[in-house]
Amino acid sequence: MKRTLYLAWHYLAFHRLKTAILVTSITLIVYLPVGLKVLVDQSSRQLTARAQATPLIVGAKGSPLELTLNTLYFAADYPEPLRYVQATRVDRTGLALAIPMYVRFHSQGYPIVGTSFDYFEYRGLRVESGRQLAMLGECVLGSRVAAAIGAEPGDYVISSPESVFDLAGVYPLRMRVAGVLEFSDSPDDDAIFVDIKTAWIIEGLGHGHQDLTRPEAASAVLSREENRVVANASVVQYNEISEENIESFHFHGDVSDYPITAVVAVPLDQKSSALLQGRYQASDDLAQIVRPVTVMDELLGTILTVQSFITAGAVIVGLATLATMALVFMLSLRLRRRERETLFKIGGSRLSVGSVMASEIVVVLFTGVILAGVLTALTSQFGSAAIRALVRM
Amino acid sequence: MIQVSDLEFRYGEGEFRLRISDLAVERGMTAAFIGPSGSGKTTLLNLIAGIIVPRVGRIVTNDVDVTRLSDAERRSFRITKIGLVFQEFELLEYLSVLDNILLPYRINPSLQLEKSVRERAEGLAEQMGIADQLRRYPSKLSQGERQRAAVCRAVLPEPTLLLADEPTGNLDPANKGRVLDILFDYVAENGATLLTVTHDHDLLPRFQRVIDFKQFGVVAGERGGEKRTKAAGGGGER
Repeated sequence: MKRTLYLAWHYLAFHRLKTAILVTSITLIVYLPVGLKVLVDQSSRQLTARAQATPLIVGAKGSPLELTLNTLYFAADYPEPLRYVQATRVDRTGLALAIPMYVRFHSQGYPIVGTSFDYFEYRGLRVESGRQLAMLGECVLGSRVAAAIGAEPGDYVISSPESVFDLAGVYPLRMRVAGVLEFSDSPDDDAIFVDIKTAWIIEGLGHGHQDLTRPEAASAVLSREENRVVANASVVQYNEISEENIESFHFHGDVSDYPITAVVAVPLDQKSSALLQGRYQASDDLAQIVRPVTVMDELLGTILTVQSFITAGAVIVGLATLATMALVFMLSLRLRRRERETLFKIGGSRLSVGSVMASEIVVVLFTGVILAGVLTALTSQFGSAAIRALVRM
Repeated sequence: MIQVSDLEFRYGEGEFRLRISDLAVERGMTAAFIGPSGSGKTTLLNLIAGIIVPRVGRIVTNDVDVTRLSDAERRSFRITKIGLVFQEFELLEYLSVLDNILLPYRINPSLQLEKSVRERAEGLAEQMGIADQLRRYPSKLSQGERQRAAVCRAVLPEPTLLLADEPTGNLDPANKGRVLDILFDYVAENGATLLTVTHDHDLLPRFQRVIDFKQFGVVAGERGGEKRTKAAGGGGER
């Protein structure tokens, strides 16, 4: 056996390009359908589990899928904004707990999720180190975010500007890390959580600046009429909320008009759920209510259809490749007839000479299958993270 | 001693037919087989080596009738007693020169590849002037070096009978002489017998005996797609 493998190995190593092509072909033939199935199964489990844990979502009328992906997975494509009053509307029905969500901004590529304390309780998210949000301008990090950026409680993260050239747009806010959440194996591990008001401050709807009643700000004041003060651009705006300047932070306008991306509605019971859904059936309503399970089932239906097409394609291509490989081996055996005769003449039995050739095929098949197994294991290990990253994009 | 008696051989049901009523070669002798293409020279080498088996007749080599042996016994006999040298060298392109020399030990479970064998292989390569080529692939060697490597492979198991099928057919005059020197030296040092098929009449004076296949009965025919010529009966022997 050792002698046979020695000769087979040398043949394969000498013809390394041919061997690499054959091994790659086998790997892909095995991996494509198997890996795809693992990936689809994982994504199905993940999508379904998260959707099942989120009974209803209220959002602006538009794509239910976009709304669901943004609310559940913090996908980068955010839906049309909804007025904050819609959260109050759900709350006032007394049929469900209303959790406002504002998922629009990012920091170092990770989504900043503006929400309320109810979200943490509802998702069962606990703080592993540090503490919960206590002050405007603070954030808590999902476990994977903390690990990836190496941040701990007491460190700072800065929100990313939406556009470098938008002078009137979103300015970066330096946020203190109050705590890091426990690992939950969910999209929450990849998010940065802030109070919804902090999200509005990131957007510029609320801000803090130097006290214009102070003498050192006098040069910046253009006019002063009772409660209305007009100042020029030299007023110092704060890009970080601290205990010293928090009193200066304030919001302009009516908070109920402020934007959110969704309201997670957690009905008290089945009846409440049905009643609440009924409230959004009017065609002139600006909001829609969606059941994430239904949306994800539709998505999974599409994914499974695509998977079956890909699998069918992979099987056909695989069979064609296998047939080609069989031809390659057969031609190779024919071309090596003299080599077989030589081995036989110098004393090799027909069996041992055949074993050398067969070992080459076995080594190629075995290596291809092992590589496919490794790839499948990697898919199983990191596939879910890849899916999450893909959904976030 | 090699004794061929009342031999008759055909390839399947083909027309080619080799008949040798009596041929003897003494032990330790060097003999050249000559004759036109298709006269059965290579066939006789293959018969003596036990690669093919006659329907009729006996071939006795060193007191062993190879025609009476089973397939496994003939292979064992070939491994231990016979060294084969081919015109096309038949080195495996994917093995180093050293591994090619050691090939009989790598393909035959009955031969143990021990350290002493490796040392002997390296010693043989040294004698044949290819010691510095052992780690290279055959394609990097000259024709002469390849044939010397092939001779090393043939003599490594220390056979008592060397069968060479046109060993100098693809070599230049200098290498022809060198390879023959190596074969003759081995025969002289080990008391072995050398049977060589050759078309090169300039080399014949070096052999103790020249066997012309014109003397044997050969019927023309097709063998492996090669048109055979009819060999005349009789002929001479030097």
